[in-house]
Amino acid sequence: MSETISAAWLIARKDLAIEFRTRSAFFSAVVFALLGLVIFYYAWDPTAVSVTDLAPGVLWVIFTFSGLLGLHRSFGIEAADHAIDGLLASPVSRHAIFLGKAIANLIFVAAVQMIAIPALVLFYNLPLGDVVGPLIAIALLAAIGLVVVGTLFSAMVVNTRLAELLLPMLALPFFVPIVIAATQATAKLLSGRPVSEADAWLKLLVAFDIVFVAACTLAYPFTVED
Amino acid sequence: MSLSSSTTAIAPGPVVEVVALTRAFGPRKAVAGVTFSLGAGDCLALFGPNGAGKTTLLRVLAGLLKPSSGSARVSGIALPAGADVRSKVGLISHHTMLYDALSPRENVSFAARLYSVPHVSTRVEDSLRRMSMLERADTPVRALSRGMQQRVSIARAMVHSPQLVLADEPYSGLDDSGARALTALLQELRAVGTAIIIVTHNLAQGLSLATHAAVMQSGRFVRYDRRSEVDVTSYSTTYREALNSGE
Repeated sequence: MSETISAAWLIARKDLAIEFRTRSAFFSAVVFALLGLVIFYYAWDPTAVSVTDLAPGVLWVIFTFSGLLGLHRSFGIEAADHAIDGLLASPVSRHAIFLGKAIANLIFVAAVQMIAIPALVLFYNLPLGDVVGPLIAIALLAAIGLVVVGTLFSAMVVNTRLAELLLPMLALPFFVPIVIAATQATAKLLSGRPVSEADAWLKLLVAFDIVFVAACTLAYPFTVED
Repeated sequence: MSLSSSTTAIAPGPVVEVVALTRAFGPRKAVAGVTFSLGAGDCLALFGPNGAGKTTLLRVLAGLLKPSSGSARVSGIALPAGADVRSKVGLISHHTMLYDALSPRENVSFAARLYSVPHVSTRVEDSLRRMSMLERADTPVRALSRGMQQRVSIARAMVHSPQLVLADEPYSGLDDSGARALTALLQELRAVGTAIIIVTHNLAQGLSLATHAAVMQSGRFVRYDRRSEVDVTSYSTTYREALNSGE
């Protein structure tokens, strides 16, 4: 088990080093997130919809779609000059490869969130108060679910001609339960309700994460067997 | 690179033992009933036209594809197998399998860590020096020529001192000095007991390293000789005749 974790971390570090050098996906995702915030802001009529009703939806729409940019790149860097063959021919387990990719994607999505959440708070003048901690927990739980599902589908579509189109088509239906739970929990917190009222949605996120981390990790080796 | 001191212990018996190996893609058999074995220090030069099944055979032995039928053993372990076999195999391909945003040193270090190689920095330096890439070790791979990338790819494949080297057109993109360095490296590996399967279209280059030579067509070995039984000067005729007889 510790070998799997250390191999996964090695692969994640490699992916992050590549992203740090190129910064292409990260900048694209951040620009997309900020543009999304701006567009929603100017389309918003504050007299018709309150900020606490609008913000959760805006937040999770931009996280979902900006995250897809990083997820697509995840296995894309392995496709160039068949680097994936070097990984698959090495003694590390297929599970470690998947977990490494997922960890790198989680850090990527978390980094985008670290910029997008403060930007959302500034743009919409959100009264965060003492909900910062629970909001971070929701963001993290939802990110785990989005990332594991997206990483699996990224591996599945990477060698197809329409990978950029197929990834959102396949992944988005699986994102729906996570986005609904995350949006509902965020809405409860931003409208000043106690955290206990968001409990059911948080439990759904935790359950989704447990099931899909296990299922996607176990399923990944089948995507590389032909 | 001190191969004699760094190569892992060679298991007694054949390093590679392939019996009636078949690999099919749907109805098409890319490898159809291939049988051969190689001992420590043996080198099989594998010739054949494009689409003969050479790369598929190497991919099965590398653990990247599962055999459809028949059996293949590497160091006595039946394929498909896990980490225990993959750690003994070094794969060189005409695809470099490198990350172009990383430097040669980072690429080879990453591979060394995947294979849990001890003394990573020393081994990485040795591997890169062996392929004359030490001076460009910190240049991003994308800024290197195709031949230099191939040198780095070879250094990456050798960093864990494999017992079996699978080399699929390893000379592609290499200049004369790179080709000489690769030949010297492969000869040195053979001398310390590493088995090698090399796929090449250059008959003379392949035969210069080989202890065995095979011609593959339509997934089958249409000719298999010991190197000592082969007349190098007339092998191109032998090769053509083998292909004609296999049609």
